[in-house]
Amino acid sequence: MEAREIVFDFLEGYDLLGAFWVTVKLTVYSALGSLIWGTLLAGMRVGPVPLMRGFGTAYVNVIRNIPLTVIIVFASLGLFQTLQVQLGGGGDFEVINFRLAVLGLSLYTAAFVCEALRSGINTVPAGQAEAARALGLSFTQVLRLIILPQAFRAVVNPLANVLIALTKNTTVAAAIGVVEAAYLMKDMIEAEAQLILISAVFAFGFICLTLPTGLLLGWVSKKVAVKR
Amino acid sequence: MSGVSVTKAAEDAAPAGADLVVLSNVNKHFGALHVLQDIDLTIASGEVVVVIGPSGSGKSTLCRTINRLETIDSGAISIDGKPLPQEGKELARLRADVGMVFQSFNLFAHKTVLENVMLGQIKVRRTDKKLAEEKARALLDRVGVGVQADKYPAQLSGGQQQRVAIARALAMDPKVMLFDEPTSALDPEMINEVLEVMQQLAREGMTMVVVTHEMGFARSAANRVVFMADGKIVEEATPDQFFSNPRSDRAKDFLSKILHH
Repeated sequence: MEAREIVFDFLEGYDLLGAFWVTVKLTVYSALGSLIWGTLLAGMRVGPVPLMRGFGTAYVNVIRNIPLTVIIVFASLGLFQTLQVQLGGGGDFEVINFRLAVLGLSLYTAAFVCEALRSGINTVPAGQAEAARALGLSFTQVLRLIILPQAFRAVVNPLANVLIALTKNTTVAAAIGVVEAAYLMKDMIEAEAQLILISAVFAFGFICLTLPTGLLLGWVSKKVAVKR
Repeated sequence: MSGVSVTKAAEDAAPAGADLVVLSNVNKHFGALHVLQDIDLTIASGEVVVVIGPSGSGKSTLCRTINRLETIDSGAISIDGKPLPQEGKELARLRADVGMVFQSFNLFAHKTVLENVMLGQIKVRRTDKKLAEEKARALLDRVGVGVQADKYPAQLSGGQQQRVAIARALAMDPKVMLFDEPTSALDPEMINEVLEVMQQLAREGMTMVVVTHEMGFARSAANRVVFMADGKIVEEATPDQFFSNPRSDRAKDFLSKILHH
């Protein structure tokens, strides 16, 4: 008891759980945002309208090749400080930076969601769409009712990878002052002498978040697989 | 609203004997291959037309052009007096009136058998869910797979899956049914159960276009046999005439290869 208190007393005075809670919130909001936007992008890329196909392709190829740090910093310096985009934050820096980070993470991750989903769409036999069209379903109905439900079931594992990468990518939000886990780690490294232990604590924290994600979604993937 | 759309097909159904599907001067290419060459074909309401011919003769392509799963390069196709529209809402509406059964069944793999037969009714015809389910169950009973309603397609045999596919198409109250080699992917012992359902449909007066290699079915159910080779319609005749006394050498050659072994 005594010994443990001494070893971990560098944690005293820091809101470790609070910082990880911000990480979790960044992850969850960005995951939802990127899932929605990524699905729309995938729909555009397989759609019949050339303009939308072109936009989807261009978006994915531009966004996934820009470093996330550049996107997040641009959200802060470009959108907020230059263009005064506050995303409804009402002048509260903390809120604005958090929302900008979610926006940047969502826009970036959506490119990867789109590509994972598109590979899932390719696993659905062409006959499924033909049968649906032959019934008189419209393009969006075919996509929504027949293709995407089967595509999502095929890509649970790749999407789990994207989610794990997103969880770790939230650390980039520290660059624009969002007080999440990596921000706190930097603070602590500057103020405390336990460099290895501090790193280990944060590494462990992230593993606690991502390991269950991977295991759970691996199980879900088997559970929802479409039998042909 | 649902009542209107359900009875619509019956109200403006063409009288028996009137031209329902008309293809005139249809041409299609797959790259350099001229797969359909000047096809003229008229199918009357209530008629059962069986299309036969060697592999690669264009008979499946012909079948698929009728609901525009394949586009054509020139010529015209009309169904019940209306020309096939471009891709869009109009075309979707027209496809709902044309039932299609595929060689590979193409049942929706992530939905149960019952949901497969209900989907088109609910999403296209806007039928009330309860009515759709009643109708689906009745149709599944009719094709003899009622007890399988809650299973997924992969749990059924090929013959059962194909009968579900027929029920799915019938649920839309189609004016005409297209069968694209419906028994070619089936094990031999399952072919008959599917053919029997089709025979029954034919007897009930459904307008049918059937691409098949089943000569027995052609003989017993067809009003007319259309023989295709190399992208052309070579011969059209009643089954009796065609099988006992084919006129063209191409048809004689084809029949000699399949009937004597």
